[in-house]
Amino acid sequence: MAQLSGGDALIRALHDEGVELIFGYPGGAALHIYDAIFNQDKVEHILVRHEQAATHAADGYARATGKPGVVLVTSGPGATNAITGIATAFMDSIPMVVISGQVASDAIGSDAFQETDMIGVSRPIVKHSFMVQTPQEIPETIKKAFFIATTGRPGPVVIDIPKDITDPSVKFEYSYPEAVRIRSYSPPVKGHSGQIKKAVEILMEARKPVIYSGGGVIQGEGAELLTALVRKLGYPVTNTLMGLGAYPATDKQFLGMLGMHGTYEANMAMHESDVILAVGARFDDRVTNSDVSKFCPDARILHIDIDPAAISKTVTAHVPIVGPVAPVLKEMLELVESSKTGVDSEALKAWWEKIDHWRARKCLAVANADNDVIKPQQAIQALFEVTGGDAYITSDVGQHQMFAAQYYHFDKPRRWINSGGLGTMGFGLPAAMGVQLAFPQAVVACVTGEGSIQMNIQELATCRQCALPVKIVNLNNKALGMVKQWQDMQYGGRHSHSTYADSLPDFVKLAESYGHAGVKIEKLSELKSKMAEAFAMKDKLVFIDIAVDPEEHVYPMAIRGGYMSEMFLSKTERT
Amino acid sequence: MRRIISILMENQPGALSRVVGLFSQRNYNINSLTVAPTEDESLSRLTLTTVGDDRKIEQIIKHLNKLVDVAKLVDLTEGAHIEREMMLIKVKATGAQRAELKRVADIFRGVVVDITPTMYTIQLTGTSDKLDGFIAALAGTPILEVVRSGVSGIARGEKVLSL
Ligand SMILES: Cc1ncc(C[n+]2csc(CCOP(=O)(O)OP(=O)(O)O)c2C)c(N)n1
Ligand SMILES: [Mg+2]
Repeated sequence: MAQLSGGDALIRALHDEGVELIFGYPGGAALHIYDAIFNQDKVEHILVRHEQAATHAADGYARATGKPGVVLVTSGPGATNAITGIATAFMDSIPMVVISGQVASDAIGSDAFQETDMIGVSRPIVKHSFMVQTPQEIPETIKKAFFIATTGRPGPVVIDIPKDITDPSVKFEYSYPEAVRIRSYSPPVKGHSGQIKKAVEILMEARKPVIYSGGGVIQGEGAELLTALVRKLGYPVTNTLMGLGAYPATDKQFLGMLGMHGTYEANMAMHESDVILAVGARFDDRVTNSDVSKFCPDARILHIDIDPAAISKTVTAHVPIVGPVAPVLKEMLELVESSKTGVDSEALKAWWEKIDHWRARKCLAVANADNDVIKPQQAIQALFEVTGGDAYITSDVGQHQMFAAQYYHFDKPRRWINSGGLGTMGFGLPAAMGVQLAFPQAVVACVTGEGSIQMNIQELATCRQCALPVKIVNLNNKALGMVKQWQDMQYGGRHSHSTYADSLPDFVKLAESYGHAGVKIEKLSELKSKMAEAFAMKDKLVFIDIAVDPEEHVYPMAIRGGYMSEMFLSKTERT
Repeated sequence: MRRIISILMENQPGALSRVVGLFSQRNYNINSLTVAPTEDESLSRLTLTTVGDDRKIEQIIKHLNKLVDVAKLVDLTEGAHIEREMMLIKVKATGAQRAELKRVADIFRGVVVDITPTMYTIQLTGTSDKLDGFIAALAGTPILEVVRSGVSGIARGEKVLSL
């Protein structure tokens, strides 16, 4: 076996683990590692322009591929800059391994230059972390980190490596372990068959069932099985913001997204249901609204989740099933298929009639504005048409994110990539870079707002360096729109610090100065043709700056503290 | 309700801070905590007491179980168990009080482990209630210092917490 230094061993171990791409930014404590990267060509490194972007790019890569994202940063400011991205990945259970350089072992604790206690700072937002003590530990630590990040409920793992550990002059015999066992860590591999049987019985007897599925179905590769189960049962299905794409959104059994900005029909169906099958969803407060005692009062809840701590955390499950969604759904499907009784088709017919009645309200209908002004919803509708519904869509956070979730109909999993749990503005562009690097031929669009895009705008440079033809779809409402909406609705229209006076840049010129293309769209009549032109520039990053109606609000919107059936449907209507 | 949660975990740097961090991060309370390596040096046994309703305790246990360093844990209060806490207490002891204090310590099976002309240091072991009882029984005696170990515990009978 080869004699390797810690730095070489680290990169070699990443390669042996199957890592092809890492995102990072160099600095003192990581320089031995960067030299090791220079001396090989198996693991490609993408130089971002800010460490936060490295984590979001790795995150986007992970969400689109299902493989773990890998990040390399230096100590101190490099490490702390990565924190927001680690927290983002943690909240959405994204597999990620973050390697941070650290000051040399003998300097730790001395307030050395660029010293930060990364293990301590990251502790509440990682699934686990390691501080490497000797070069020899590197291979096994890498193996363990990937094992933990990718199994069970996935999440980010931090590996902090003091500089002396990667010293090129200290060599050891390298070998990469084939497997690791961690005695105190054993994620579940299947669900409890008795519980599954019980759940299926209740599900089949339901008169007003809803299937409510979340990001866990996508993370757990359960989309196909979920779709098969939903179709077999003929039941209505709704997805969370994180779960979009787990069930084809253009299918008639799909009710749209549920929750705070969910559709009228999805929220009404949840509220009136008698049985809810929750799959890989966590009853978060953006779904349940703030008062859980008012949540779906008549429903019995069947809850599948790989994380026991997610079950009965906020809403009590009548039948908890702890296990990975795919094998559990498979078992359920088999039971449903072999069932002699079948579903209550009479009741189901009446239930669908009721749902169709709710649907008839057309809560997402968009009326044209006056004077050829573009409604933000229309911009997303145009995006959907121009891309044939088949693009990877990353998003930032705000109104544009909700419009994208509502109006871009995702038929496939891993196509909708957004920060749901942490709601991190600045996520969209770097995430799109990760997706585009994973799938160089794919159409990747970042739906953003002029607020969010400025949080990681420096990544236009990375896109230039790596020739990433991401399409930036900027719904420019000249305001922190979502904040402004809340101020309109709850603070008497006092727009405290949610607009920017005349400080917005000319995004087209800005993009051009990085060597990209820019397109400005200001009229509804030109929306589709100009967007199509932009997407026709296949090899270029195009910044599509769309002036949209600044007065628009996102509806439906749950009424805080109310039942799920209580929503504002427009500025003037409520349920 | 008060619970005694006993945890078997990796004897690794950082493991303790993860357990403690979990409590502050999720707004749970730790009332007492003890930790030391077991007969197997690679494992530590940590015992903590906390207060909460069933739902909260269930969440605490689930989250503790999620920590990669936590191998196994048990809520001792769910079954028959033995609970012990040790206390060292320094009290003012002069004149006639010296004999009286000695008597009270005897009743609680405490031992006077150090004396000066004006002070006793008494060592006492038992349940937390018993230690509280002793302090209450000292009413009127000036207490100079109290050091309590925190609770440790073990299940009664054949049940063991091991890998
Ligand atoms: C890093 C960060 N800071 C603050 C917020 C709070 N926030 C949520 S939406 C929003 C406004 C976003 O503005 P913009 O990107 O222009 O999107 P719009 O709502 O206008 O579509 C803000 C400030 C956040 N989610 N993330
Ligand atoms: Mg905006």
